[in-house]
Amino acid sequence: MSGSLRRRSNRFYGVRIMSAFFSGYGLGLRREHYRDFLETQVPVDFVEVISENFMVDGGQPRNILRQVRERHPVVLHGVSMSIGSADGLNPAYLKRLKSLVDDIEPLFVSDHLSWSRIGGFNSHDLLPVPYTDEALERVCANIHHAQDVLGRTLLFENPSSYLSFPDAAMTEWEFIAEMSRRTGCELLLDVNNVYVSASNHGFDPLAFLDGIPAERVRQIHLAGHSQGPDLLIDTHDSPVCTDVWDLYAKAISLVGPVATMIERDDDIPPLGELLQELSIARALGSAETARRAGEAA
Amino acid sequence: MTLAEMQRDFQSWLVHASEDAADRLSVHAAAGLAVYQNNYRAQLVSCLEHAFPQLRTRLGDEAFLHTAIDHIEHCPPYAWTLDAYAEHFGETLRRRFPENPDIYELAWIEQALSEAFVARDATPLSPDALATVDWDRARLRFTPSLRIHVMTTNVEAVWSALCEARTPPESEMLAETGGLIVWRRGFTSRLREVDAVEYRALVQLQQNGSFIDLCEMLVTELGEQEGVARAGALLANWLGSELIIDVEVTEE
Repeated sequence: MSGSLRRRSNRFYGVRIMSAFFSGYGLGLRREHYRDFLETQVPVDFVEVISENFMVDGGQPRNILRQVRERHPVVLHGVSMSIGSADGLNPAYLKRLKSLVDDIEPLFVSDHLSWSRIGGFNSHDLLPVPYTDEALERVCANIHHAQDVLGRTLLFENPSSYLSFPDAAMTEWEFIAEMSRRTGCELLLDVNNVYVSASNHGFDPLAFLDGIPAERVRQIHLAGHSQGPDLLIDTHDSPVCTDVWDLYAKAISLVGPVATMIERDDDIPPLGELLQELSIARALGSAETARRAGEAA
Repeated sequence: MTLAEMQRDFQSWLVHASEDAADRLSVHAAAGLAVYQNNYRAQLVSCLEHAFPQLRTRLGDEAFLHTAIDHIEHCPPYAWTLDAYAEHFGETLRRRFPENPDIYELAWIEQALSEAFVARDATPLSPDALATVDWDRARLRFTPSLRIHVMTTNVEAVWSALCEARTPPESEMLAETGGLIVWRRGFTSRLREVDAVEYRALVQLQQNGSFIDLCEMLVTELGEQEGVARAGALLANWLGSELIIDVEVTEE
């Protein structure tokens, strides 16, 4: 199932997608900017939405998303698949997501390498997966299930984490590499999360970047974080910091200028400020493209 | 420790702050456990604040927060969507404010408006479609966004004032119980106060949809002439309000 569906062109929406190796710059679609995206030509190459916000029966949210989809490729980014759940995936959730995927024909469908649900309880948070052999098997089985139901290759994001488990058998990047190898899933590299987790757990963020399979990375997230009393917290409420921009430059030197977007979920500024921030990513991406062209020549 | 055991202990830590569960997790960077617990609680409080903005204003921030914390302690989330967490907040309000039906009814309005906003789409029935209907066998189908609730207080006036940032009236019990209906017209959720007769008519129709049964109920309540006239007026109003999406004619 790896990728054949993703290479088809979109025949139904105004914006055609050839998504095999999509490269461009996008923003998260947030309520504060609906009017901008519906009434103006926002200079982005794609928009990303939180899948669950549109997994509804009807009404204005789906209507707005369809209109945005007429103008831009859309990435569906979920927070509730709970791919690390010990008791498997929620069939009702997958059914709703499938309905949205069929409706919107997204560029990518992604979620997080995390868990939120056990025994019916749902924490609605991205809880950490222990990097054990048992967890790897469970995660891979769940990914196979999800990809079978949705009929497409999924992307999984490295979350920020605030604790680690003593019985871990491998590093996070080793876990991700093996997960991708076994399932064919692709990767959404959140550079800010690498930075936050590296700081919280004391590992080298470059080791993370070197350790994941670069050829599997299809998208990059950038965001801001905050300093908590003891740990860095992934808050998405501030601009991307200089250290994360530096790490992004390093990341694209390894994985190439893949689709990149900035996440902002709190203290959301006017769209113009986010576009200005996105121009930094564009400049770094252009420099990387030029560097690669120079090497090729 | 298996993956399932770890996840159940994590749940116990989040929901009950179980120190035993935290000890069994024996994670590195125990400060991280506090971060996850804070995220969990803050997310649920934020969900309730967003779902019930007018109720929060009515109760005041502190009382609302205490009620939200009470709810979070007693009702962990189970649905896949965070939006569903607001559904059962009314039960906590009833327990904490048993003498204040206005509080519960205000929460009902806000929750119903949210539900209607994302309810299944449906095309309203055109009045032209009624020309050949056999009313003796007709069953009305309402829009899936329709929500009906009994109203015992002046909550509609309170809600309207809060929405318009006016000083709301003191809450008071109604002399006669009425009803509240919420539905979506186009993409906009609507709220309307209805009298006791219309409330009972809608409840009955939601149960069996039969228009002739509705007429009989109204005739029994209001007499032959007024009952039939009221049935016609209600039907016209519901059609004009885009509440009706279909009229099915049952087999003889």
